Amino acid sequence: MIPFLILLLAAGQVAPPADTTRLAPQLAPPGGVKAFDTPNDQGKSITLRWSAGDTLAQAWLVERTDPEGPKVVSTNAAGDIGYIDEDVKDQVRYTYRVAAVASADTVWSQPSRPVASSPQLFNTARVNILIAMVIFFALVVYYIESAKKGTKLFVRRIAGLDAVEEAVGRATEMGKPIIYVPGLGSVADIATIASLNILGEVAKKVAQYDSALLVPNRDPIVYTVAREMVKEAYAKAGRPDAFKQDSVFFVTDQQFAYAAAVDGLMAREKPATNFFLGTFWAESLILAETGAQTGAIQIAGTDSVFQLPFFITACDYTLIGEELYAASAYLSREPLLLGSLKGQDYGKMTILTVVVVGSVLLFLSKIPALGFFGRIISLFNVR
Amino acid sequence: MKRSIPLAICLIMGITMMIQFFVPHPASVAFFELTAKWVRIIGAFALVLGTGSLVMYHIDKIQRRRTGWYYSIVTLIAAVITTVIGLGWGIKSGSIFQNVIFSNLMVPLNASMFAILAFYMASAAYRAFRARTKEAALLLVAAFIVMLGMVPIGAHVPFFWFMVVVNVALLVVGLVNRSKALLIGAGALVVGLLAWLGFSGFKVPQLMLPDTAEWVLSVPNMAAKRAIQFGVALGGIATALKVILGIERGWLGGGKQ
Repeated sequence: MIPFLILLLAAGQVAPPADTTRLAPQLAPPGGVKAFDTPNDQGKSITLRWSAGDTLAQAWLVERTDPEGPKVVSTNAAGDIGYIDEDVKDQVRYTYRVAAVASADTVWSQPSRPVASSPQLFNTARVNILIAMVIFFALVVYYIESAKKGTKLFVRRIAGLDAVEEAVGRATEMGKPIIYVPGLGSVADIATIASLNILGEVAKKVAQYDSALLVPNRDPIVYTVAREMVKEAYAKAGRPDAFKQDSVFFVTDQQFAYAAAVDGLMAREKPATNFFLGTFWAESLILAETGAQTGAIQIAGTDSVFQLPFFITACDYTLIGEELYAASAYLSREPLLLGSLKGQDYGKMTILTVVVVGSVLLFLSKIPALGFFGRIISLFNVR
Repeated sequence: MKRSIPLAICLIMGITMMIQFFVPHPASVAFFELTAKWVRIIGAFALVLGTGSLVMYHIDKIQRRRTGWYYSIVTLIAAVITTVIGLGWGIKSGSIFQNVIFSNLMVPLNASMFAILAFYMASAAYRAFRARTKEAALLLVAAFIVMLGMVPIGAHVPFFWFMVVVNVALLVVGLVNRSKALLIGAGALVVGLLAWLGFSGFKVPQLMLPDTAEWVLSVPNMAAKRAIQFGVALGGIATALKVILGIERGWLGGGKQ
């Protein structure tokens, strides 16, 4: 019998007993499982990476072992070879294993080295921002110091700001009020702060010309600051008695209700001049078109690129983007403020240089032999 | 003293918040969230001042019988009713405040104001697209490309033939108005189109208007937007720096530099 069986086996007539280890011969465990504290975060997070190799895994299982024992914490799809575990405690050591799963087979990797999460004190991913900030601050401070020493600084003409005097004068001649809308932003918006600075200069001129000023507000904090600024401007112009408490007033914090109220104000008062300076959203055109229909001179300015076309279309003068921030320096002609403008210009020149150099490097990095230029470009990534 | 304390607070908080941006530690994040709460609390106090201003403004308007004073009565009555309903019956979902005042009054009124925008856009577009100058003519052509490229019919209009029509129109207008600028513009377009045909072996390119519209939006338009945004970002940082260092004191109501 035994020789017969041997003969059958030799002839390949009888299959050998099943060997389970050979059912999925190509399924290999994931390689290079690395667990590390997630960088630049506030702790309680561990990042896991592994390589798929050339296995036929259909999914990955991630197992975490802590003092309480092992636990599967994630099931990833085949292409997803990373996991961020945010269900961990700081300073507790964990190990991780990853399993490749195909059909009913599961092959586990070696456990990772123990790792503990901790919060960081400095976000190294933002070093590039810090460097850019330091350079820019240095430029601004340098030109402010130059201005302090009496260096004469050239500032190009801005038509919209040159027109302020004319616009206030027109209101005086016509005996009609000036409406100043400080935008719909909060006091935390830089555009609102810039607008409030311009309001101070405009209010001073209004006080000198003895015109009427109306400042409807959408934000209660902006309202309180605007009121103080206008009051102070009147005092500085030597006409504190001319300031009227109700010239600066709060309307509503509802966007379109505010737009309706200011539209109504323009329709009733028929102002000689409208200023729309600050942060604006969809109501920009509603305000500017109504103002245009009442025949007022309109000076607008915003840092929102989406609202600028509407203002350019419907207003006589528009301060585009940074011109809004330059306005208070331009109007007051304070050397210190003008110095900061110069710093801004050189900051822009630096950015332009970076853009040109970055474009050239990006182009060069596409040449296979010069791929390392791609690493230089990654230094400029902002996170 | 009246100025130096706010300036000192501004300087300390400005520098602290700058440092906070670079520190991801939970203590730093908690501090940021705490300051956000402070802003909300200050906002709540300011809202009381704002409401006071609103009431005083409208009472004064009614007393002096200023233009449109009767609207002030409506405003004050609405403010009182809203406050009474809000305080008396709450503002939770399903309340009178939500169902009547918010859903049936505020929402439709806001929607009506927003809807007006469509008509204002039409009148603003009419003013913007009047081809009075070379720049306005260019704007008109670009606007037509984008507008036609965004509607279904644009997918069937080849850019080449669109430009031929524009070119002929420019020539006709230039001849009728004896406008040198338009004739030069039309001439330049003819040269451009011929050069284009020459390069493509005198085969009319199959570029459709949606492709051209996409190019206008993503290349020249995006370049201009980014240029403005660079300036805005730097201007914003410079303004913040001036406020922190106390160079810009407008927010304090002016004062010596």
